[in-house]
Amino acid sequence: MGEIRFMKGNEALAEAAIRAGMQGYFGYPITPQSEIVEYLAMQEPNHDYVLVHAESEVASINMLYGGAGAGSRVMTTTSSPGFSLMQEGVSYIACAELPCVIANISRGGPGLGTIQASQGDYFQAVKGGGHGDYNLIVLAPNSVQEMVDHTIMAFELADKYNTPALILTDGAIGQMMEKVVLPEPIEYKPNKPWATTGKTKDRERNYITSLYIKSEDMEQKNFKLQAKYKEIKENEVRFESYKIDDAEIIIVSYGVSSRTSKKVVDLAREKGIKVGLLRPITLWPFPTEEIARLSKLDSTKFFLSVEMSVGQMVEDVKLNVEGRKPVYMYGRTGGIMMTPEEILEYAVKKYEEG
Amino acid sequence: MREGYEVVYKRPKSLIETRMHYCPGCFHGTVHKLLMEVLDEMEIVEKTIGVCPVGCSVFAYDYMNVDMQEAAHGRAAAVATAISRLHPDKYVFSYQGDGDLAAIGTAETIHACNRGENIVFIFINNGIYGMTGGQMAPTTLKGQITTTSPHGRDPINAGMPLKMSEIVSGFDGVAYVERVSCNTAGNARKTKKALEKAMKISEQKIGTSFIEVISNCPSGWKCTPVQSLDWIKDEQIPYFPLGVIKEPGK
Ligand SMILES: Cc1ncc(C[n+]2csc(CCOP(=O)(O)OP(=O)(O)O)c2C)c(N)n1
Ligand code: SF4
Ligand SMILES: [Mg+2]
Repeated sequence: MGEIRFMKGNEALAEAAIRAGMQGYFGYPITPQSEIVEYLAMQEPNHDYVLVHAESEVASINMLYGGAGAGSRVMTTTSSPGFSLMQEGVSYIACAELPCVIANISRGGPGLGTIQASQGDYFQAVKGGGHGDYNLIVLAPNSVQEMVDHTIMAFELADKYNTPALILTDGAIGQMMEKVVLPEPIEYKPNKPWATTGKTKDRERNYITSLYIKSEDMEQKNFKLQAKYKEIKENEVRFESYKIDDAEIIIVSYGVSSRTSKKVVDLAREKGIKVGLLRPITLWPFPTEEIARLSKLDSTKFFLSVEMSVGQMVEDVKLNVEGRKPVYMYGRTGGIMMTPEEILEYAVKKYEEG
Repeated sequence: MREGYEVVYKRPKSLIETRMHYCPGCFHGTVHKLLMEVLDEMEIVEKTIGVCPVGCSVFAYDYMNVDMQEAAHGRAAAVATAISRLHPDKYVFSYQGDGDLAAIGTAETIHACNRGENIVFIFINNGIYGMTGGQMAPTTLKGQITTTSPHGRDPINAGMPLKMSEIVSGFDGVAYVERVSCNTAGNARKTKKALEKAMKISEQKIGTSFIEVISNCPSGWKCTPVQSLDWIKDEQIPYFPLGVIKEPGK
């Protein structure tokens, strides 16, 4: 068993990155994720990684591009406005097929918004975010332990598919403290023959680019990317089900609101209402087949998407329910934490309306 | 080759043999050649990683037979920073135009220089946005006509042309700054010397090098290559004087 510690979500993510063999970190402070860069700055002398406190998120995402292109395990972290600022760079990284990890410890928007937790960045995370046709692998931890596990998984998946992996969570998970089990450090040995490490005599030059000026080449590149995304969709969907088998009401929820939703399931069952929870762990690829399957069960009366937004993930739920059952949404914004009681009240109301 | 003759002006080994997309007379090709000559002569091709920008030199990796990364518009300094930090024993150069380095990418340029990143900047100042069809750059001269300053650059609206070399020379992190040109054979030779000196400074890891090349853009300037040389001599160089601005130990 690994080392047990009591840690903040953000610090756990940072520690996990170190243990995953991260070689470069580039970041800019923003609440509620600044503990990540602070933790890594404090730990820097004890490890071999390079840390640059960048001049902006625009710089950090482009440093990420450079570092990933040069063959290193690299990460940047930010929160919502910073992630918006990075989008051009994320699109370049996706097109150039560079493995790297980005974390968005999101906060309430739009605009400068609030520093409180939010899930309003779902669209930006799973629908691309920047320009052009691309997707990120999106992991959604809902505990401090998962901040550790998902960070390591993000590095592994990024390397497996040569694609950026995004950890999308919220300020609540970033700021809360829980017990974690930390894994043994991984001895990471990069094997990236395509990287720009200096052209040795025994190979052609390597170059990293996202430029495909000829229309035909650009289309071929898109075919290649889409084939990769298809493979990811086939292999990497992850979700957790809680009391789903006999459920009449299926709550779909991720991140911090999935914790509240779990409580809703238990409270409802005490009242004799069969509620279950489907928690996407990967927001992209989304558990499309599982949602479709559940929507075809006679026992399922309706779906309820619970998210700290005005309704973003609910669109993907609807897309996969395909009208077979009603799909509702309950959410609060501005960083207001939903109580299990208010969600239950809404669910019961819909249940009684039939 | 004819017997008794020797080729004295030849393609450097590391300049890939292909037709360049640059317009006739454009200095981009000249500077590419000089840079590859320097890498070949110093025998450091294996230890060099280049970054090219968005601008006419976006395709530099098609011509330079070294490992390269193509950066987003203006972000070459950030890309080069990461490469250099993760590969401290490599020579890293960042080849950028004036729109790229001195407009959209000013923040990245300033901070990389201020941090003293071990990067050789090759700054192609042609006073215009060549790639997008000849719009005003931060370095466009006062009164100069471009497609977005059709009545001439007006300092009231657009400020005066930015002197990047003078700006970055003020930073402790910057070891060497020289402004050169390729408008005469002699100046081209000086450009090569400056590039070589910058690479040697990079080897010593004593700070950033910044080589500003006063360049042309016959297509954007709407003139012949020969007329562009006159413009450089009569208009650009008086405002952007050539020479060493800062060097180690001085
Ligand atoms: C974010 C972004 N904004 C604008 C552009 C369009 N663009 C491409 S090149 C360029 C200007 C290049 O000028 P310069 O850096 O001076 O290079 P030159 O072509 O003159 O060598 C612009 C504005 C872009 N590619 N990306
Ligand atoms: S447009 Fe100008 S800078 Fe670009 S290749 Fe032509 S002459 Fe050179
Ligand atoms: Mg230019």
